[in-house]
Amino acid sequence: MSDKEFMQNMIARRAAKELTGPCIVNLGIGIPTLVAKYIDDENVFFHTENGLLGVADVEEDEIDPNLVNAGKLPVGESIGASFFNSAESFAMIRGGHIDVAILGVLQVGQTGEIANWAVPGKNIMGVGGAMDLLVGAKKVIVTMTHTSKEGKSKVLNECTYPITSTRSVDLIITELAVFEVIEKQLKLIELMPGVTIEEVRAKTEADFIY
Amino acid sequence: MTKVHQDIEAALSCVKNGHTLMVGGFGLIGAPLTLIDGLAKKDVAGLTVISNNLGEKGKGLGVLLSQKKIKKAIGSYFTSNREIGEFYQRGEIELELLPQGTLAESIRAGGAGIGGYYTKTGVGTDLAKGKEEREINGATYIFEPAIRANVALIRAWKADTLGNLVYYKTARNFNPGMATAADVVIAEVDEIVQPGELPPEEIVTPHLFVDGIIKAKKILTKEGVKVYE
Repeated sequence: MSDKEFMQNMIARRAAKELTGPCIVNLGIGIPTLVAKYIDDENVFFHTENGLLGVADVEEDEIDPNLVNAGKLPVGESIGASFFNSAESFAMIRGGHIDVAILGVLQVGQTGEIANWAVPGKNIMGVGGAMDLLVGAKKVIVTMTHTSKEGKSKVLNECTYPITSTRSVDLIITELAVFEVIEKQLKLIELMPGVTIEEVRAKTEADFIY
Repeated sequence: MTKVHQDIEAALSCVKNGHTLMVGGFGLIGAPLTLIDGLAKKDVAGLTVISNNLGEKGKGLGVLLSQKKIKKAIGSYFTSNREIGEFYQRGEIELELLPQGTLAESIRAGGAGIGGYYTKTGVGTDLAKGKEEREINGATYIFEPAIRANVALIRAWKADTLGNLVYYKTARNFNPGMATAADVVIAEVDEIVQPGELPPEEIVTPHLFVDGIIKAKKILTKEGVKVYE
């Protein structure tokens, strides 16, 4: 496992701790997809917005090209799974029937607002289900690397990219720390193993309480 | 009565220049690849395409993009086809981006005779610019109009000759919604059976929504898109 994969898996493993059944969970593309493998609770049900409740792992020899998740990656179906059309899937999301959404983001602001669908100056061409999940999921968890490839903080005073929603997320998990968003303010609630508060301060542009 | 077409040109004779088309699928999954291939071979231009994606580069709807047959696209995630950026930069395509749930619900509304609806999705974001806002029970919503098309091209698993449809796994996605929201609906399917063979409780799209059926010849497999004659 590369350093990057190790870091992504560490973040995913921490996010998995937030999920105890019974609950319905929607996983986004990227690090969130990894969360499922750290869940061993038959009452945690995974929803994918392209139309499946009951996402499971799939073995290489059982891959079905017409059975995929929102990232168009092959998945399996669990016992008790169901398929439905897109409008019904988003009725589940918008209608408040999803307990937890775990999303990847480009930036988080210090009020807990996120940006994850567009970069200024680049073509704005994909939003997918992100805005619906922010509006409808009861709890939103963000899994992200703390800094960009260039080493710049992604936990900012304010998002510089277009926001996904005016709703604040509830929990932010990075390879350095876990923040809870309480009344539009970031509160550091946990440091990852071996990480110091000084390091988090140095790599976080946003104000946070501790 | 049978709605089954033997020949793809006849099935697509309803598509005219300047038409608005709905095309099912989530990327290539559940996309009517045989019908899209038929459009690629048809002399038609100036299409507005409503679909979650525009396929991939050179695949699915990506072929029609390359051929410059698409004037405007309405969808939620065009990122899966890198070529769209180049077309957009050159001003060769108009894009309308909608949140995926809004796209699905606008189609549903279009098929259900609803003029439009209010949703919280997108409120306060760039995608809400210019849209009417309304307070309902203390929350802010934006107005989204319903959408309809001249023709919907969809993908199902099995059809009976009356046009009743069932779908396969996550290849269902936008297809049942689009089946309700166009003047003419053509379904491409893997298998055509006789009326009575599909259990009534399992039919997802009742036949009144469907005008034509054609057997799929371009099929998404584990190894990619394959052609069967």
